[in-house]
Amino acid sequence: MADGNTHVAGKSFYEEGTTKKSTGITSWLFSTDHKRIGLMYLVTITAFFFVGALFGVLMRLELMAPGETIMGAQEYNTLFTLHGVIMIFLFIIPGIPAIFGNFFLPLQLGAKDVAFPRLNLLSYWIYLIGSVLVILSLFMQGGPIDTGWTFYVPYSVRTTTSVSLPLFAAFVLGFSSILTGLNFIVTIHRMRAPGMNFFRMPLFVWSTYATAWIQVIATPVVGITILLVIIERSFGVGIFDPALGGDPILFQHLFWIYSHPAVYIMILPAMGVVSEIIPTFSRRTIFGYTPIAMSSLAIAFVGYLVWAHHMFTSGMSDTSRVIFSLLTYIVALPSGVKVFNWVATMYKGSIDPKPPFLWVMSFVFLFSIGGLTGLVLGSITADIHVHDTYFVVSHFHYVMFGGTGTIVFAAMYYWFPKMFGKMYNIKWANINALFYIIAFNVLYFPKFIMGYQGMPRRYYDYLPEFADLQMLSTIGSWIMFATLVSIFLNLFLAIKKGKKAHNNPWGGVTLEWQTSSPPPLLNFDREITVNHEPYDFSQLKELDYESK
Amino acid sequence: MEHGNTEHKTHSHGYGIYVLVWLALIALTSITVTVAGVDFGKLALPIALFIAAVKSALVINYFMHIKFEDPIFKVFLLLSGVTLLVIFILTFFDVFYR
Amino acid sequence: MSQSNGAVVNHVHRDDFGAKLGMWVFLFTEVLLFGGMFLVYAVYRFQFPDLFKLAALELNTGLGTFNTIVLLTSSLTMVLAIVAIQKNKKNLSLFYLASTIGFALVFMVVKYFEWSAKFSHGIYPGSEELLNRQNGEILFFGLYFVMTGLHAFHVIIGVIIIAFLMVFVYKNKIVHDNYVKLENGGLYWHLVDLIWIFLFPLFYLIH
Repeated sequence: MADGNTHVAGKSFYEEGTTKKSTGITSWLFSTDHKRIGLMYLVTITAFFFVGALFGVLMRLELMAPGETIMGAQEYNTLFTLHGVIMIFLFIIPGIPAIFGNFFLPLQLGAKDVAFPRLNLLSYWIYLIGSVLVILSLFMQGGPIDTGWTFYVPYSVRTTTSVSLPLFAAFVLGFSSILTGLNFIVTIHRMRAPGMNFFRMPLFVWSTYATAWIQVIATPVVGITILLVIIERSFGVGIFDPALGGDPILFQHLFWIYSHPAVYIMILPAMGVVSEIIPTFSRRTIFGYTPIAMSSLAIAFVGYLVWAHHMFTSGMSDTSRVIFSLLTYIVALPSGVKVFNWVATMYKGSIDPKPPFLWVMSFVFLFSIGGLTGLVLGSITADIHVHDTYFVVSHFHYVMFGGTGTIVFAAMYYWFPKMFGKMYNIKWANINALFYIIAFNVLYFPKFIMGYQGMPRRYYDYLPEFADLQMLSTIGSWIMFATLVSIFLNLFLAIKKGKKAHNNPWGGVTLEWQTSSPPPLLNFDREITVNHEPYDFSQLKELDYESK
Repeated sequence: MEHGNTEHKTHSHGYGIYVLVWLALIALTSITVTVAGVDFGKLALPIALFIAAVKSALVINYFMHIKFEDPIFKVFLLLSGVTLLVIFILTFFDVFYR
Repeated sequence: MSQSNGAVVNHVHRDDFGAKLGMWVFLFTEVLLFGGMFLVYAVYRFQFPDLFKLAALELNTGLGTFNTIVLLTSSLTMVLAIVAIQKNKKNLSLFYLASTIGFALVFMVVKYFEWSAKFSHGIYPGSEELLNRQNGEILFFGLYFVMTGLHAFHVIIGVIIIAFLMVFVYKNKIVHDNYVKLENGGLYWHLVDLIWIFLFPLFYLIH
């Protein structure tokens, strides 16, 4: 009977698909199976991640020494723009929801798939089209975009580089995000297994839910912003042109009304993953389930109220600066709730320091640094000094890369056996974790110092006094890139040659661990009824798992 | 697994109520056009927006049927509306006080 | 669940409630899309109240009112199409759907005349005539063309959707006990109407 340990008997979703043929490229590209769609996203997103990382390495090579090193100023401007566009729109924003949300949301709910499987496939195709448009834009007349990923007016309207196409690509990618969010909202409302009320859902589901609402409500605002810039470039309407009465600050409002909530699209799913990994590797139920769940919703909502802290030096009114600064400090509170509850979960737990857990520890350290430096930026007076310096660059890399990026790896190391039915080399994974945290701090910590010493961001050249720290940061980028390649190989080789994985190698108790690794097409070989709390580890007495 | 309802809500309206709503909408339209001809000064915009809001409420509640749907639809609508409102208010803290 | 050719049919279950929920969520994205535009309008109207009033005099209130009534009526026929199918009156439903498309096309024709009248007077984004005017007027017309243009684009999409719905009704894919597609199409259409309910006073009734 169903003990979660069925491998030989049933077929996995690799062997059985939703298309006529179960193998071959068309069985993937036309599959409506959420697991295959999640894996397709994994492949595409990984590819773009490495392109974006490579651009970062090239930028750091240029910045290794003052003056021109390997490229001219125009190329440098293009590189930092593309680095941002690729990392943000093609990697981090889709990232965890598209890969792990797609793969694991139905599993964690005890469902067979998402609410709208065909819409899900459409989301992926739209993502693919958007990414192709980004690549195409590199070869358009005028050369690749050089506005920075934030494409502020007036420069984005005036520059002769190719802007409309990459912006349109971002518009298309936004659609993919919206449709995914829509799908997840309806899935969570309608497809939970019997017995799973809202407060028995895993916390990854709660965070996916909160994220989905942000995707749906915030993304259209950047959609209209993008359209207005394209229209401005094409027709000169004047909406953001001061000479015609327009207001460039209004552009910044519209832009950040999306782009600030967007950072919560990036971090909330990651925090959800942390709330999965910590209980499993502490072998203890999560401390404060309801506060953590509610804090996800709180972050999502309050996150809409703080956008103009990106605009303290823009020329907006003093009244609004004070209000936004205050609201910014409030949004830090629910994140604090999560961190306290995670730590409390580990207290008196039975810690199993496997790679997912180590990566989560890195996350707590790196994200905390990022978050605390955010408080510096949230204070108007301090921000005026460090706005548009490397301090900001370091802050957001700590939260986005050190936060979400770290958890992308943690999630891979956690759910890899479930997705691929194989196990990776644990020692190698631990070494990767160690090098990662060292590389990260060598690469990014110097930037905090350079920032408050006055090194501006997006500058191609700099004063000689920054040369030493710039060099140090560049060395960090080499170690980091090597580590990223090592992580990739660690996992990629395991897909090919790894040992067969147990259905539940970590002793998790959420529903994905109660089916085979990898799961069958319809996720479970039995009807699921839920009568446990999500992190009730007493279930391990009845469940099959790999004991130490 | 929670099975979707394959049946629509048991009660279904006749044509009549919708025609009544439509008549109300036409009436409100003529009111708003007439009112625009009167000089209400600073109140003109709020009045116009209020009438538009009443028309919208009729369309949303009856034509879009939300009055008769599960409360969750109204919750969702409220959420989105409140978010939009908040965005307006916060933006105007800048524009108004410059 | 296997078919005879060996393929597995993915469990496509029917969930009308979920389908409607999803449609409403999509409508909220449209509300936010236009909401951003309305925000831009609000800011510039706040900054240029008198010039907006001045520029608005050049719009034809009669045509705007006519179009408002046209769109409101099209919403009515859309709803009646649903009532008809609930009562299993397929041809009546098709008639109402066709009427909805008809009204939509009337709306577009009026729009076409309004816009071409403006163009023939030299009023269009980037035109010399327009750029010679004051900033508030330039912005007013810029917003007018962008917002009514975006709205008109949505009207066209709506017409296409309703045409598809007519095909589904004709082919009995939408019937008296399975018509959530029709409801969802109706929801989209009503949204298009709702946007115009706000556009109308904001552009045509500033006196």
